[in-house]
Amino acid sequence: MSEGVEAMSTIALVQEPEHAFTQPSKGRVAMFCVIIAESAIFTIFVVAYIYNIGKSLYGPTPRQVLEIPIFNSICLLSSSLTIWLSEHAIERGKVKSFGLWWGLTFVLGAIFLAGTGVEWHKLIYEDGLTISTNLFGTTFYSLVGLHASHVVIGLIALLTVLLFTVTGHVRQEHAERIQILALYWHFVDAVWIIVFTVVYILGR
Amino acid sequence: MLAKCFRCVNCAARSLCVLAVFLASHTLFAEGPSSTPSIFAPASTPASSIYELSLFVLAITGGIFVTVAGLIAYVIFRFRQRGQDDVSEPAQIYGSTQVELAWTVIPVLIVVVLFLTTARMIFAIQDAPKPKSALDVTVVGHQFWWEFNYPKLGIRAVNELHVPLSSPQDPKPTFLTLLSADVMHSFWVPQLSGKIDLIPNHVNNLWIDPQHPGLYVGQCGQFCGVQHAKMLLRVYVDTPEQFAAWVKNQQQQAVSDDRVAEGRHVFETQACMNCHTVTGTAATGRFGPDLTHLMSRDTLASGATTNTPENLREWTRNPDTYKPGSLMPAMQLSDQQLDQVTAYLATLR
Amino acid sequence: MADSTYPMPGSLAEAPRQRWSQAAILEWLHSWVTTVDHKKLGILYMLYSIFFLLVGGVEAILIRIQLMQPNLHFISPQVFNRLFTMHGTTMVFLVGMTYIFGFANYLIPLMIGARDMAFPRLNALSFWLTFFGGLLLYYSFIGGGGLYGQGNAPDVGWWAYAPLTSRAFTPGHSTDYWALSLIVTGFGTIGASVNVVATALCMRCKGMTLMRLPLFVWLNVVTSALALITITPLTAAQIMLLIDRYLGGHFFDTQAGGSAVVWAHFFWIFGHPEVYVLVLPAFAIANEVIPVFSRKAIFGYPAMAAASVAIAFVSLGVWAHHMFTIGMTSVGNAFFVLSTMLVGIPTGIKIFNWVATMWGGKIRFATPMLFCTGFLVQFLLAGLTGIMLSVAPWDWQLHNSYFVIAHFHYVLVGGIVFCIFAGIYYWYPKVTGRLLNETLGKWHFWLFVIGFHITFDLMHIPGLLGMPRSIYTYEANRGWGTLNMIISIGGLIQAVAVLVFAVNLVWSYFKGKEAGNDPWDAWTLEWAAASPPPAYNFATDPVVTSRRPLWDLKHPEDPDWKYE
Repeated sequence: MSEGVEAMSTIALVQEPEHAFTQPSKGRVAMFCVIIAESAIFTIFVVAYIYNIGKSLYGPTPRQVLEIPIFNSICLLSSSLTIWLSEHAIERGKVKSFGLWWGLTFVLGAIFLAGTGVEWHKLIYEDGLTISTNLFGTTFYSLVGLHASHVVIGLIALLTVLLFTVTGHVRQEHAERIQILALYWHFVDAVWIIVFTVVYILGR
Repeated sequence: MLAKCFRCVNCAARSLCVLAVFLASHTLFAEGPSSTPSIFAPASTPASSIYELSLFVLAITGGIFVTVAGLIAYVIFRFRQRGQDDVSEPAQIYGSTQVELAWTVIPVLIVVVLFLTTARMIFAIQDAPKPKSALDVTVVGHQFWWEFNYPKLGIRAVNELHVPLSSPQDPKPTFLTLLSADVMHSFWVPQLSGKIDLIPNHVNNLWIDPQHPGLYVGQCGQFCGVQHAKMLLRVYVDTPEQFAAWVKNQQQQAVSDDRVAEGRHVFETQACMNCHTVTGTAATGRFGPDLTHLMSRDTLASGATTNTPENLREWTRNPDTYKPGSLMPAMQLSDQQLDQVTAYLATLR
Repeated sequence: MADSTYPMPGSLAEAPRQRWSQAAILEWLHSWVTTVDHKKLGILYMLYSIFFLLVGGVEAILIRIQLMQPNLHFISPQVFNRLFTMHGTTMVFLVGMTYIFGFANYLIPLMIGARDMAFPRLNALSFWLTFFGGLLLYYSFIGGGGLYGQGNAPDVGWWAYAPLTSRAFTPGHSTDYWALSLIVTGFGTIGASVNVVATALCMRCKGMTLMRLPLFVWLNVVTSALALITITPLTAAQIMLLIDRYLGGHFFDTQAGGSAVVWAHFFWIFGHPEVYVLVLPAFAIANEVIPVFSRKAIFGYPAMAAASVAIAFVSLGVWAHHMFTIGMTSVGNAFFVLSTMLVGIPTGIKIFNWVATMWGGKIRFATPMLFCTGFLVQFLLAGLTGIMLSVAPWDWQLHNSYFVIAHFHYVLVGGIVFCIFAGIYYWYPKVTGRLLNETLGKWHFWLFVIGFHITFDLMHIPGLLGMPRSIYTYEANRGWGTLNMIISIGGLIQAVAVLVFAVNLVWSYFKGKEAGNDPWDAWTLEWAAASPPPAYNFATDPVVTSRRPLWDLKHPEDPDWKYE
């Protein structure tokens, strides 16, 4: 059958010309797949949180101890804006501008994380709410913690790219990879919107 | 090729064998209670309803199987390659919208019929109204024994459930409320009804109305730990006289016999009373089964062995003999202590 | 063997034969351990899968010996509970989830005319994560003292229901080994699934639109997409379990208001789509073998592709049919009856399409086709017992009985394992360059099918007679003894058949008939490459104009593209 393969290239020429078909970039597809998988895990933790609202038998309730983290959320959600601006910049080859917006994104994300840390410190040491206190504590720390861990991963990635930028290794041709990473960051922000709504609005 | 011939013959022969075993097994369609708890020998309304539904479903699925398997068998024979050297290719058929539509629509119709029949039965069984003559029993599952409380009669029974006979003229169903003290269990007595789980912090319900007197067997249907296999169930469906007599006995306080005072002393000082209750005494433990009417039961340790003095002595000496891994520890009693406490327990009728 | 794809100027001549010195052996091992080549990783996955098939099989045989007669003392209840837990966990995660990626990794790039998978290094990482996860699971047999000094293999059932898995009821580390090892393999599965989807969507050769993808690739893409959605719920539940066990969490702590039922929901939200993740790749294999051995194109390609997607979607909404006895409302029960019956429709349609493919064909019953024919009949029956189980009131009797075990083994062994065997007999010549021995193959098939039916046909009956699952022994007067004895004997026959298969695999590697590129006269791109293919698969990128590029080449007077 080996002659078949040589014939393969000739057979193609005899057909009607094919329309050039485009395939999506594999990095983008991969990131979408990862986001799908992550959405599934977050869904389960969100469902667990919602199911357990009001079911704690004792201990502090959300209304008693939770303060709505407005400043934190503004920081995190604006970081989506700044990262979008940085994507905009690198697409046009403005590396310096990119670096600035990217750095700002990192800072906003870090503020969010620090703010979460402050909130948890208060909850643990002043309000006596830990993961083992009651159902609220368990579901709160695991859901918000799962989100925070994803912020950490995102920050590490952002920092890495920031370091590459500062040392001059990032150029316009890396725009697509930047966009893929930004997709992850947008996902983290979107999840925060859901977590925020469920924990601080629905749950209180 | 002979190989393909064998396939079909084998298949047919195998199916016939299975059918034969199925039908010939007299235990499958017995009337009344049987030591083989077949779901096809119902003795109570929920079980009979399920049985009738199952026959309907079997008929439909059996029909589907015969049709499609028949087609497969036909295809294997009719379209096999004849002659090793035949290398011409058959006509290539890529699809047919009409055929594909037909074999989509027909299954949809079958599903609609099956679903409606099933839904009707679900509502009939699950949402059946409770008549005033119903007996209430609360079942609490433990690792690895059953607790049966009759709140209105003031009875706490263990492992062997007594219920009154019911009949269409004189309905006396038993409505069970099921809870668990530890892990998930499941109450399954196939001849009386389908099973339902016993879950901590979650109340479930089940009802039965047994129409034939006698002993029905079952066992725990949800893996609950090392001795799940020996968490057996015995349901005694009693005639009105039998049931009244049993209730009266269970309502008595524990027998107090001075001749076994030493045994009672062993019982109370060797930590038995930490887990077990004997009414009218200092023993009020709730972790293990209530022993007040131990001798009114036919078996020990939820069916692990029969209730004889020898077995009782051995069970007390070393529970692992009959139920390795059960939660009752061997208390390292001396032979004399064992004789005494066995004599005491033997008086608890 | 000389490279027989399109000869390029300056292409490699055959490398001189290696002498087996110690350095060469180490180098050979090193190349396998560090490989990122999809073909080698595919082979590694398959070897892993077959190895654990044998291990899980031994566990099954031990279980069957214990159950041959009532009240046997062959193994203790503690060991029995570990064996059935490990048997289930092994077969699902270490055999089922690995054969998928074994076949997918090896074949997808070849079938779409690509050089490798989209992310070769991720591919390697995913395999080794799976590998080490399995090792961690099996280390549990010897690791740690536990309470009895007998090791800590998981013993809570592969479904690990709460609250049995809490520290209060399962002291020792068995549950932790279960949860941690599966979290690790879960990451491997996600990585592999990402790779499959990205490869199929982004790396197809010219002319290969999505509607020209071989159905094998279609089904594996759907499988991987489904796996992405379904594995993480298990990871989530296991993380919650570990939080309960070690951080004092209360997710499933009923004393604190937590819910055991929620564990069951989360587990089966994973567990049900999971079985479709296991079975769709078996369909993928059948979709390639049946047309080739019937000498006809698959009947109704678009419907087959659509049915797979439909199955994946609907399967996400049927999970609580594993929970009909947990005490849901009548409306809840009814909903899941309906959704479960609905998922049977696209599944049934596939069977009809396969039969229609065979209809009017010229069926050659070589070993791959024997296994696929067995699969067809058995999967039909398995689907029908599934319909029986979907009838909730009947399930109230049959749930957790041997009827259920018979049903799912009918799918897993009668459906999936049969297809795995078919696939191995079909593609072994491509992978090794040699055909598996036909005579041994036929012995394997007949012994296995006879043993399978003896065991699993009869196994339905004890279930109907009230025998629950997960029990290490049973009462002598229940009437289950004779049936269990015969069932166990069937298991031993299957074991012999699998041994014949193992012998065939090894013997044929050295002495099998040389296969050439295309021993089966097949039609998809992998048969255009050499057997085994060179590292780069194809010397020039193929261009295709239909679903069966090699059919077009072999039948230039009647190519497929005229009819598609």
